[in-house]
Order: sequence, then structure tokens, then C-alpha cells
Amino acid sequence: MRPAPARSAFLGMLRRDLLIAWRSPVEVLHPLVFFVIVVTLFRLGSGPGQHALAALGPGVLWMAALLATLLGLDALFRSDFEDGSLEQILASPAPLPLLVAAKVLAHWLVAGLPLLILSPLLAIALGLPDAALPVLLLSLALGSPVLSLVGAIGVALTVGLRRGGTLVALLVLPLYIPVLVFGTQAVTAAGAGLPPTGALYMLSALLVLAAVLSPPAAAAALRISLD
Amino acid sequence: MPPPEHESDSQPLLETVALSCARGERVLFENLDVSIAAGEVVQVLGENGSGKTTLLRILCGLQPPSGGHIRWRGREVAPGAPELRSEIQYVGHAGGVKLDLTPRENLDVAIALGARPTATTVDAALARLDIGMLGGSPVRTLSAGQRQRVALARLLTCASLLWVLDEPFTALDADGVATIDAMLREHIEAGGSAIVTSHHPVALGQVTPRPVSIPRAA
Repeated sequence: MRPAPARSAFLGMLRRDLLIAWRSPVEVLHPLVFFVIVVTLFRLGSGPGQHALAALGPGVLWMAALLATLLGLDALFRSDFEDGSLEQILASPAPLPLLVAAKVLAHWLVAGLPLLILSPLLAIALGLPDAALPVLLLSLALGSPVLSLVGAIGVALTVGLRRGGTLVALLVLPLYIPVLVFGTQAVTAAGAGLPPTGALYMLSALLVLAAVLSPPAAAAALRISLD
Repeated sequence: MPPPEHESDSQPLLETVALSCARGERVLFENLDVSIAAGEVVQVLGENGSGKTTLLRILCGLQPPSGGHIRWRGREVAPGAPELRSEIQYVGHAGGVKLDLTPRENLDVAIALGARPTATTVDAALARLDIGMLGGSPVRTLSAGQRQRVALARLLTCASLLWVLDEPFTALDADGVATIDAMLREHIEAGGSAIVTSHHPVALGQVTPRPVSIPRAA
């Protein structure tokens, strides 16, 4: 045995998924463009008035981020399932939850982090108050990994089905409700000059919970899917 | 009856005891006893759909059997136990090769996941399978036979006792088949074992692969 096989397996998996994303940037860009378009459509559809949109802004941003994440989720395990890589991953002696965690981290770095980086621009387009921007970033930083982690369970369960896409949305969207509620609440509170700490604490708690529970759950779901 | 547990040279590396598998209502096989000794190649025979691939997938822990046990060196282990997985290298129907990565990167990933000592360097493995000059081009640009060679190169880079090969000769040319035969020969000379499904005769020189057939379930 080499000194730290688990660590090298984790890093190898992370590096692999980032490399693949780097080689096929179109798949990475799709959800991102979708995010921008949805928010822009809201801006255009709500007319010239700023008032209604300022109140809806946090919700619109969070909804768009959530749907964009959902759009990119399928890529998490689908191609690995189709080309047999998932069999190799499951048959490898490395602990499966660890490999799943590496895949989810790679997915978040590629799909979640860009949303985070783009969100201040879109927040300004929606007329969100400046005071809400740091909280928006913080809430997305805490909440978007939860979206990837929870989504991984849904994708793992449906990867063996031919039309998993719709089912993933039905499985996962209800589980996204707490993230949406607390994320929107934090940003709205900050915009109104109220302390957002309560909602942010809740988001942190959700993140810890998802980070601990999701990798083993998704690993178990993958084993069932490949049976 | 399974042989009693005892320590001897003839103790099989891996054996299945009364292994059964059912897919839904359909029983693929029942009470299957297969043993693989160290330094032996077992060729699984059976009609299409008789459960050859399923048997290999059960050995690799990719699906649970519906009944029976697996013994590793005479000791009963849970199917898919880590100690089993760390001694088995599987090459399946789907090669498990990422098209966007180069052969070299694919093998690096396999080594990272393998948690095993590496037997051969990546470049030596690629050269052995005659795809050394393609090590840096994405697998997407390679032919089916060349992709299969990349998958099989994993056997060289990740040292393991038992090779589980599902139709390894698919898409290979005569040269490739000869290379795999030679790799198998060297593997068993070094004390390794292999279980292979193939409709193609496996040529190992003096040694003949032991045929094991999966009978049609009643």
C-alpha cells in the first residue's frame, strides 16, 4: 500500500473531473448562460419600474441559481455511467463516498462557483441594494454547495434510468426548498437593513448536514443504480 | 459440497460457493461453484445471456448475488469487500476510458483510484500495447481497438492478483490479441490469475485455460 491511498484517490478524482470540464467547456457554460438569461428575462419582463423587482430580486436570483444548478446536475454521473467509468470507480478499492465527494466538489467548482462570481453583476441589474451584495455572495457560497450535494443523491438514484432528467428535478426540487427559503431570506433582510445572521446560520447548518450525509447516501444510491 | 477449509498450495485464490443470481423473475444461474487457483486462467463459457458478465460483475462487487458466498483465499468475504476490490482489476464491456482525456491521463486516474503499487510505468504500459505514440492525444480521436488497448493497459499499471476480463479481445486486431495472450501468460507465470469471458480461444502456450461453463438454469 502506498502512504495515503485515500488522499491520492480523492485528488486524482478531483483532478480528473476538472480536466474533463476544462476540455469540454461548452457543457460548463450552458447552465451559466441559462442563469444569466433567466435573470435578464425577469429584468426585461418586469418593465421599467424598479420597485417590484427590488423586492423580488433576491428570490429571482436564488431561483435562477437553483434551476441552473439543476440543469448541470446530470453531468455529474451520466457520462461516467455511459462509458463504464462508474464501474471502474465502484470496483476500485478507494472508499466510494470519498470519490463521490471529490466529484461533487469538482462539480461545484465548475458549476457553482461561476454562478457565485456572476451573481453581483446580475444583482446590480436587478436593482438590489448595495448593502445586500456581500450577503448575497455569502448566502450563495453557503447554499450552492448544498444544491450540488443534495443534487448528487438525486442524480445517483436516477443515473441508470433512461430519462432520469425530469425525475431528478422532481426528486431534488422539494429538497431545495430550505436552501431557497433561507437564501432569499438572508438577502432580503440585508437589503432591508436587518441582520441576516439567522438565515445565514441556518444555511451553514444545512451545508454541514449535506456535506456529512450526502456523499455516503449518493454512494449507496450509485451502488443500487448500477446493480 | 465445498471443500473444507485448509491451508495448502492447492487452496484456490477465489471460489464461489453456491452462487445464484436472479434478474427480476428470471434466474440466470443457481448453485454455481467456480474456483480460481493462483496461476490459473479460467475461461467462462456459456450462451449469450447465460450470465457470464453478471458473474464477473458479482466477483467485482458491482452487483450483489441473490444467494451464495464468495471465498478469498479460503476465507469468506462479503461480495465487494474492500480487501477483494484491492486485489481485482476489472476490464468490462464498456472500457471505462474517458474520451476527453488522453490515454496517459486515463491511466494516471486508474493508478490514483487503484491504491495499489504500480507495476509498470504508464509509458511502458502504453508502449507494450503499441499505443505509445498516442499517449498524448485525446481518446476521442482513437479507434475502437485503440480504446480497448487503453482499457487493457490498466492491467499493467495497476498490479493486481486477479484479472477479471469481460470479452477483452473485442475490437482488437490479431496483433492485439497476441499481446493480450502474452500479457496473460506473464501474469500467470508471476502467480497471478485471471477469469475471462471470450468467444475467442485464449492461447497461452503450454498452459490451457480451464473452461468453466454456466449451465442454463432450470
